[in-house]
Formats: sequence, C-alpha cells, structure tokens
Amino acid sequence: MFRRMIGCIGEYKKLTIMTPLFMVGEVTIECLIPFFIANLINRIKTGCPMSDIYRIGGILFLMAALSLTFGGLAGFTAAKASAGFAKNLRKAIFYKTQDFAFENIDKFSSASLVTRMTTDVANVQMSFMMIIRTAVRSPLMFVFSIIMSFYMGGPLAVTFVIVVPILTFALLMVARKAMPAFRAVFRKYDKLNESIEENVAAMRVVKGFVRESYEKKKFGDAAENIRWDFTKAERIVALNNPVMQFCMYFNMVFIMLVGAQLIITTSGAQIQVGQLSAMLTYGVQILMSLMMLSMIYVMLTMSAESMRRIDEVLTEQSLLTSPENAVTEVKDGSIDFTDVSFKYSARAERYALADIDLHIASGETVGIIGGTGSSKSTLVQLIPRLYDVTVGSVKVGGRDVREYDLDTLRDAVGMVLQKNVLFAGTIKENLRWGNPDATDAELEEACRLAQAHDFVSAFPDGYDTMIEQGGTNVSGGQKQRLCIARALLKKPKILILDDSTSAVDTKTDALIRAGFARYIPETTKIIIAQRIASVEHADKILVLDQGKIVSMGRHEELLKTSLIYREVYEQQTKGGNANEAE
Amino acid sequence: MKPNEKGKPRFDAAKRKSLGRLLKMLWQFYPVLVPLTGLCILFSAVVSSIPATFTQRIIAIIEVWVQSGDWAAAKGEIMPLIYQLIFIYALSLVSMFTYTQLMAYITQGFLCKMRRAMFDKMQDLPIRYFDTHRHGDIMSYYTNDIDTLRQLVSQAIPSLLQAGMIVLVVLSIMLYYSIWMTLVVLTGVIAMLFVTKKIGAGSGKYFVRQQKAMGKTEGFVQEMMSGQKVVKVFCHEEKSKADFDVINEGLYEDSFRAHAYANILGPIINNIGNLLYVLTAIVGGSLLLAKVPNLSLSGMALGIDIVIPFLNMTKQFTGNFNNASQQVNSIVMAMAGTQRIFDMMDEAPEVDDGYVTLVNANIAADGTITETEKHTGHWAWKHPHGDGSVTYTELQGDVQLTEVDFSYDGEKQVLTDVSVYANPGQKVAFVGATGAGKTTITNLINRFYDIADGKIRYDGINIGKIKKDDLRRSLGIVLQDTNLFTGTVLENIRYGRLDATDEECVAAAKLAGADDFITRLPEGYSTMLTSNGSNLSQGQRQLIAIARAAVADPPVMILDEATSSIDTRTEAIVSRGMDKLMEGRTVFVIAHRLSTVMNSDVIMVLDHGRIIERGNHDKLIAEKGTYYQLYTGAFELE
Repeated sequence: MFRRMIGCIGEYKKLTIMTPLFMVGEVTIECLIPFFIANLINRIKTGCPMSDIYRIGGILFLMAALSLTFGGLAGFTAAKASAGFAKNLRKAIFYKTQDFAFENIDKFSSASLVTRMTTDVANVQMSFMMIIRTAVRSPLMFVFSIIMSFYMGGPLAVTFVIVVPILTFALLMVARKAMPAFRAVFRKYDKLNESIEENVAAMRVVKGFVRESYEKKKFGDAAENIRWDFTKAERIVALNNPVMQFCMYFNMVFIMLVGAQLIITTSGAQIQVGQLSAMLTYGVQILMSLMMLSMIYVMLTMSAESMRRIDEVLTEQSLLTSPENAVTEVKDGSIDFTDVSFKYSARAERYALADIDLHIASGETVGIIGGTGSSKSTLVQLIPRLYDVTVGSVKVGGRDVREYDLDTLRDAVGMVLQKNVLFAGTIKENLRWGNPDATDAELEEACRLAQAHDFVSAFPDGYDTMIEQGGTNVSGGQKQRLCIARALLKKPKILILDDSTSAVDTKTDALIRAGFARYIPETTKIIIAQRIASVEHADKILVLDQGKIVSMGRHEELLKTSLIYREVYEQQTKGGNANEAE
Repeated sequence: MKPNEKGKPRFDAAKRKSLGRLLKMLWQFYPVLVPLTGLCILFSAVVSSIPATFTQRIIAIIEVWVQSGDWAAAKGEIMPLIYQLIFIYALSLVSMFTYTQLMAYITQGFLCKMRRAMFDKMQDLPIRYFDTHRHGDIMSYYTNDIDTLRQLVSQAIPSLLQAGMIVLVVLSIMLYYSIWMTLVVLTGVIAMLFVTKKIGAGSGKYFVRQQKAMGKTEGFVQEMMSGQKVVKVFCHEEKSKADFDVINEGLYEDSFRAHAYANILGPIINNIGNLLYVLTAIVGGSLLLAKVPNLSLSGMALGIDIVIPFLNMTKQFTGNFNNASQQVNSIVMAMAGTQRIFDMMDEAPEVDDGYVTLVNANIAADGTITETEKHTGHWAWKHPHGDGSVTYTELQGDVQLTEVDFSYDGEKQVLTDVSVYANPGQKVAFVGATGAGKTTITNLINRFYDIADGKIRYDGINIGKIKKDDLRRSLGIVLQDTNLFTGTVLENIRYGRLDATDEECVAAAKLAGADDFITRLPEGYSTMLTSNGSNLSQGQRQLIAIARAAVADPPVMILDEATSSIDTRTEAIVSRGMDKLMEGRTVFVIAHRLSTVMNSDVIMVLDHGRIIERGNHDKLIAEKGTYYQLYTGAFELE
C-alpha cells in the first residue's frame, strides 16, 4: 500500500527528498546555537574583550540566518511536495474511476468516491507534509540534543536517561488508548452528519408531518451520545500535556540542583554556569522532539484509514476492460442475444434478465414495452457493454461484444439514456460530446433530425446558449431532443432510445421517428417507451415482464396475443384516440 | 479575505463581532467552568514563567560559593529554593491536569450544544430558507464550520490565553530586572507581530481560496459521477480527465500557497527569536563589560545572574509567540465559520400567529360538538374569540382559495387571481407546464409560504388563523422527490403517525399497494433503508411515501406527482388502492400524466399562474381547449 502511495509522489520526489535535507541543516544549526550561546555566556562572565563577543555574535547571526533559510526552504518544499502529492492522488483516483465499470462504482457509491477524493486525500496530504517535515527532524533533533547535552553537560545529562523513557512510555500509552476511541467516534460522527443531511433534504416531509420536535429530540439524543464518546477520547489525549510538563519540570529541578552541586563542588572545573542554560534548552528540544514523534505516530495511524480507503480505489480492478488484440471495427448493426441471463451482482438472488434470445437484423427498428422493474434498460445496456452478461453472449455485427475494443464498440452504439444528462457548457459543447470534430453544419443537421433545431435557433444565443449544471434551463422535452441529437452526431450503427421521448409531444415524437426511417435507414434502432404510439410502427416489439421477454411481434399481432400489451394499449387510448403526455 | 477593498472593514468588523458573540455563548453555557478553566490556564501560565526568577537566584548563589567550593553551605541556601520550585511545579501540574481535562469536557459540550442549537433552529426555519440555500452549504455549517469552532475553542483560545499571559508575566519580570534589555526584546516582538500579520493574512487568503477550489473540484467530480453513463456511452473519459486536470491544478496551486505561507511563518518567528537571543546576549554582555548603570524596577545591578535568566526568558517569549502565531489560521477560519453559523441562526424563524387549534371532538346527534381528550375519530377546530367565547367547527376538509395572488420574490408574479373550491371528499387536479404554479398552490395551502393577496379558507376558517402545526396535521402530503429516513421500512411508514401500531402501518402499506414488494424484500418490513432508500427503486420509494401519508389518515391529501415514477400499468394497480385511499377525503392531485388526473372531480389547467380552464375531464375534452390538446398529445408538457 505504501509503495503504491509513494508512487503517486511522481514528479514531486525531488522536493520530497529535499525537505528532510533542509531540515537536517536547520536542526544542525539549531542544536549548535545553544552551544555557542553557552560559550558566549561563559565569556561574558569571565569578562573577555568586546571583540570576542562580537565575533561569536556574528557567528550566531549567521547561523540564525542560515537556519531561517533552511527552515523557510523546507517549509516551501514541504508545502509544494505535499500539495503535489495530493494532486497526483486525486488525479490517480479520478482517472481510475473513469475506467471503472458501473459495478465498480456501485460497489463504492459515487458519494463515497467523492469523499475519498477530497477529505481522505486532504488527510493524507496533511500527514504527508507533517512526516516529511518532522520525521527526519524530530529524531535528528533528539539525537543531536542528546549528544550535545552529554558532551556539554556530562553527568547532568543523566536526567534524560530518566525522563525520556517515562515520556516515551506515557505518550505511547495515550496514543494507543486514544486511537481506537477516536476511530469509533468518527464513524458515529459520520452517521450523525448523514442524518442532518437527510433532514435538510426532507424538510418538506418533516414540516408536512409536523415532526420538528420529534426530529429535534432524535438529533439531540444522537448528539449527546456522540458528545460523551468524544469527550472520553479527548480526555485521554489531554493527558499528554501534564505528562509532558511533568518531564519538563523534572528536568529543570534536576538540572538546577545537580548542576549547582556540580559547579560548586568542582569550583566550575567540570561545568560552568553557561552550560546550565544550554542544558535547559536541550531539555526542551529533546522533550519536544519526543512529543512530535508521538504526534507523527498518531497522524500516521489516523491517516492510515484514509490511505487504505484511497488504496482500495487505486487497486480496484475495472471489471470491464478491452481485450488484447481487440477488434476495432464493427461490421454492421446486427444484434444477437443468445441465452442471455444477467444479474447486477454475484450476490443477487434474482436474475435481472433471464433467458433472453433475441436476433435483430441491421437496420431494423425494435420497440420495447414493459412495466417498472421489467429490466428494459438493463437489456439495452448490455449492447454497448455497460455491463457484462452473466450467462450467454451478446453479439454486435456478428462478434461477441467482449471481443471489441471498448471505444470502438461504444462509438458504434449511440445511446440516449433514460436519465438524460447535459453538462454545464454551451449547447454546442454538449452536442460535440457526440463528435468533437463535428462542423456547425453537422450539428445543425443532427438537431434538425432530432427536431431540436427550431427551438435552439429561437434562443437568443442559438447554439452558443449556456446550459446550466444538470440542464435545468431547458425543458424536459428540449433536453431529450438535444440528447438525441448528441447521440446522432456519433453516426452510430445502432441507436438506442431508452424512454427518451417521454416528455416530447406525440407529433414531434412522430416526426423524429419519421426522420430516422428516412435519413438513417441502415442504423438499427431500438426504442424503449411507455407510450405505445412510440413503438407501434416498429418492425418488432418486445414485451418485457420481470426480466423475461413474454411476447414479441408486430403491433397488430401483439394486440391479439399479449395481454399486457393490450392492457397498456387500452389504458392509453381509453376515452379517445390519444396518449398521455408525461 | 478581501472581497473588495471598500467592503473590507465592515466585513471584518461583523466577523469580529460574531466571534465575540460566540465567546459570550461559551461563557453562558458554562458560567462556572469557563472562568475556572481560564483561571487554571492563567495560573499555569504564570507558574511556568516564574522559574526564571529561581534560575536567577540559584545562579546568584552559585556565583557566591563557586570559588570556595563549599557545597554544604550553598546547599542550605539552594534547597529551600528548590523546595519552593517543586511546590509551585506541583501546583502547576494540578492546574494543568485540571484545565486540560476540563477543556476536553467543555469543548465537546460546547460543540454538542452548538450543534443542537443549530439543528433546533434549522427545524424552525421556513421552507423558503431551504428553497433559497443550497443543501451542500447548509451541511457545511455542521461539518466544516463546526470543525473550525472546535479548533478555536480547544486550541486557539487556550494557546492565546496562555501565550498572552506568559508574555505579560515574562515582560514584567524582564522589566523588573533590566529595562534596557527589555527594550531589545520588545523590538524583536514588534518585528514578530509585523511578520505574523503579513504572512498570516497571506496564508488566510489562500486557505479560504483552497476551500473554494475544493468545493469546485467536488462539484465537478459529482457531476461526472452522476453522468457516468453518458461519459461512457460517448467514450468521453479522456476529455473529462483533461477537464479534471485543469481544476485539480487550480486546487493544487491554492493548497500549495496556503501551506507554504503557514509553514514559513514558524521558522521566521523562530529565527527572529534566535536573533533576538543573540542580540540580548550581546547587549547584555556589552552592558556588563561597559558597566553601564542598570535601569530596572528592582534596582538590581546587572550581573550574569540576570543575563542568563533573561536569555531563557527570551526563548520562552519566542516559543510562546510562535505557538500563538500558529493559531492565526485557525482564528481566521473560525471567524468565517462563526459568521456563517450565526447567519443561519439569525434567520427569522417561521412565525405562527395561529390560534385556532385542532382537537378531538364528540359530535352529538344534534350536531353540537364538545371537546374531549380521547381519540374519537372526529376532529374539530377550536376557535377562541376575542370575547372569551369558544366555538367548535367540525373538521371536514373543505378548502377554498379565493382570488389568490402570490410571488416568491415579490417581483415575479407566480399566481394571479387563482380561485379553487374543493368540497369535502372532492378530488381536484392541477395540470400545467413546469413553472405554471401547480406546486405553489399546494405550498400555500399548508402554509409553507404565505399568500400575498386573496383568501384561503379551511372549513370556513381563514388558514392564517389556524396554528400551523394543526393545519399541517390535517393535511397529508406525498411529494415527487421522495425522502425516506434511515431506519426500517416500518419506521418510515410510522413517520406519518408516531403512535400507529404495526398492524396499522401494514394496513396502510396494503392500501398504498406497497405491501407486495415490501414483503418480498430480504427482511420484509424490518429491512433497513439507508441513504434515502437507495436500495429501492424510485417507484418503490413513492409507494412507501404514499403508505406513510395513508397511516396519518388526514382529511385532506396533497399528491404532488406522487405516482410519476410508477409506470402506467403499475399505476393502474396502485390506483385501485389510491382510489380507496382518497375515498372520503379532499384530495389535491398534481400530475404530468393525464391518466392520473382523468377521473378527478375538477381539473384545473394552469398557465403562467392563471387558471385558464376548469371542469371535469368530459367537459374539458368537449371544450377542445388546452386540456384537449394536451390530451391528444398535440402539446408538449414539462
């Protein structure tokens, strides 16, 4: 896992390595400064000439400037490296998701993928920065300070032999106790936030049923519950401070007492007053670096969960990939389903589609009718290989869809989905999804065929009209027609309309279908509809029920043979010659 | 942090004010603990700055005895000092332990209270608020902004308090020893303040920008994820990767800058500290050597026993300043967060001037109504009058709109001169394009919004006089966007009436035609629904929502596109249940699908906020107007 993460550092490797190097510089100087200061103090005490003081002072100034340079550079490179690392991680995740099959995405849920790309990456970024800045700095500081204090302080350094193990032990205990507590409470915290989100979205329901006080109580209970868990966890962590402080105090007292004794009994032969102050400084540095190390430990374990979640995405194998030696040409628009059964996940008990046998010749028009949950959409999604069959095979142009290069296959299949999506951008940009190189004339032609040209040109900005996110500024019928035009621009061999004209009025719907018959006769057309009128002229109409084809035939035949078909037909024509408008 | 130069001062002032208000709230929540904690913090701050004086005294003693080397004699003078020091340290440890534990308690308590206050407030806000604010933004008050408060309360404030106190104490000790040397330290402090201000502003700016860039990235990813099928169908993966790279790069830039500023601040302050340290040493040394007369509050002469503790104090000074300066970002972010939270909490709540209430009623044979505690199956409006008398009106479900005008923003008229008369038990349908005002009418009936002009009467009572809770209790609504809650299917149905028995809930589900699929779920009615019932189809969710309304058993129901995601054939099956459900109730139906509304008693065709046709199906067909065109499909709806 770590290796894969480290791989994502990519072009920021140099900066990542430079940061600890700068840190080494900074630490070295920082540890030398007290040494020189002690020197300075001793000289002042003994009354040396001013020139000596200026010389040492000059050295110290230089050292501070160097330390600043190193520290500043390290801060800069650390920020850049960690931000870059985060960028690469986000990029890796996003690229990965773009190659995912739906089954992969469903497994994670898109909300969770977004969280992984934002919150989790931010966590990793913070701990990464912390680590490259301090993982080298703290141990180094620790070792340096210990060496210097033994060198300068002699017997005084014994204090660290006592204090360091105590502090290490205490910090480790706290970290080990606190971490599981935090992990548990964060999970609860996520749930709490989910329930708030639920409430915000369902405010009309809450108010409609006068459940404000009920919700307040429910939330209050949950919030109180979490509060105590959080308090418990934080109280454990809060022990760090007094423990740390205790060690500091111990140091002070020890150094003062033993130091005074040493100086006086040896008459300043072994150590002098200047060393005392240096020892105090080293004491602070040693304890601080231990504290930092324990924080690194905590950060690492905290972000390990985030790393695991990111890694999970990065190592996920896309379930749909192009085969090697893929076929890169689709011969024609014929489609063959042979004994196809399909379920969405291996664990699902029921097949969403069962025993589908279906043969469609190139250029045919096929209608599909069926109730909610009859798997109409599922059936057609197997054709551009949005999902793979569980049993049997789907062939397009005489070859199994799994033999094709994915892009080739999907370029040959134009599909207008039930959930139409237009993206933020101009109409032109949206249409060019179908064909990035389409000329304006081609765009217009596709729009004419989809009966969209008239309303598009009626917009003040015509084809340059901006579509808002989610396509909220065009009507449902207009959106559907734009989506059809977009699919037409691909010049597909197979065109699939999944309930894509439901919001279009019947006359326009008829015009679109007539256009198809006239201008793209070689294209195989599959039309899923709720309206009988949309499919009644098809060469073949399938009636689906609970994942099975229950009847197949032309309009007139089905009226006689299929009960479901007749029921739907009568329902829609009851009281007149007309159809519903949805 | 600077939206524009002119607006800046006021903007910041407002933020500072909200910060003050927050602190006041904190104080009010814990009127004893907060001052106690504050005292503990101050105490341990003072204590941790005192040792400098001990160092000075011990060194002075050492200086005296170092020549003679008589430890026994020196010991007698040093030990009392050491005991005092240990005593002070012990006190400091106790107070530190106390306040860190208290802080954990207070922080979490405060956050919990804030969360609850926010949530309670949110529940009281009018629907208008939710219609005009993005849900993602509201959520971030609870997540991001609350988080900034945690930082502020648990870290920034104690650090500042402590650092401030230490700086003060150390400064007075310094003045006590030597004014000259204190002046040297003060110049350093001014330099530090200046740097903190400059760099803090820079990093604050980029942190805010980073937050924005993060939001943008999230929006983009969200859009691509929800449009994933389209992306795949059009082999658009490469293009969306390229688009993502651009946005991702922007986020990187801001994030890098924000952290670079923050990272550099530490070393700069630190090394100003180092320089200061050296400077103090040199100045101290020079003063010593030059035998410059000392100027101090204590009147002590300058000696090595003063210079050494002075150096330590300088170090302490810088360290604390550094700690405090690290909190600058937290404070900048917390100010913005607090402001947003208070903006929400200061929103005007939904007002309710209603005084007519709904009560259980006994209806005698002669029609007189008496109030009762018991559930009788009959309800009445209790209407107190100015003269102290009370009248009762039976709840029947008679809803009348008379010449109603309405506008959401006071500018664009949404409804004009709308009159609707729904007699008890009638089914009234609204048909019309998106934006014609169908849903608006129902929003007015349950007073999610208040009318601008005209009258709405419920059983002859102006709905403005009815208590909102009671009004809404008498109306059942089923909306197009079904919202279910985390919990079991049964709990979700019971949401309609909290005291409904299991049997009543199942009966309601049967009525709605939902029983069939619910019993086929893995655990039937006990199946857990999560994330708004994402494990169910849209149609199934609508059926549960209908069951939820059915169990409430209200005399008036509003079905806003309640069956839009159920296909016509299933709808035909459901509609038998629906017909039963609607029996004896006044029902308002909104539907795109004309088959849903065909059998209504009255159909209103709305266009741009006006009723252009009204009548039953046969009448409207005979009129050959808009409804006829819709019906024959010559007209496009949406």
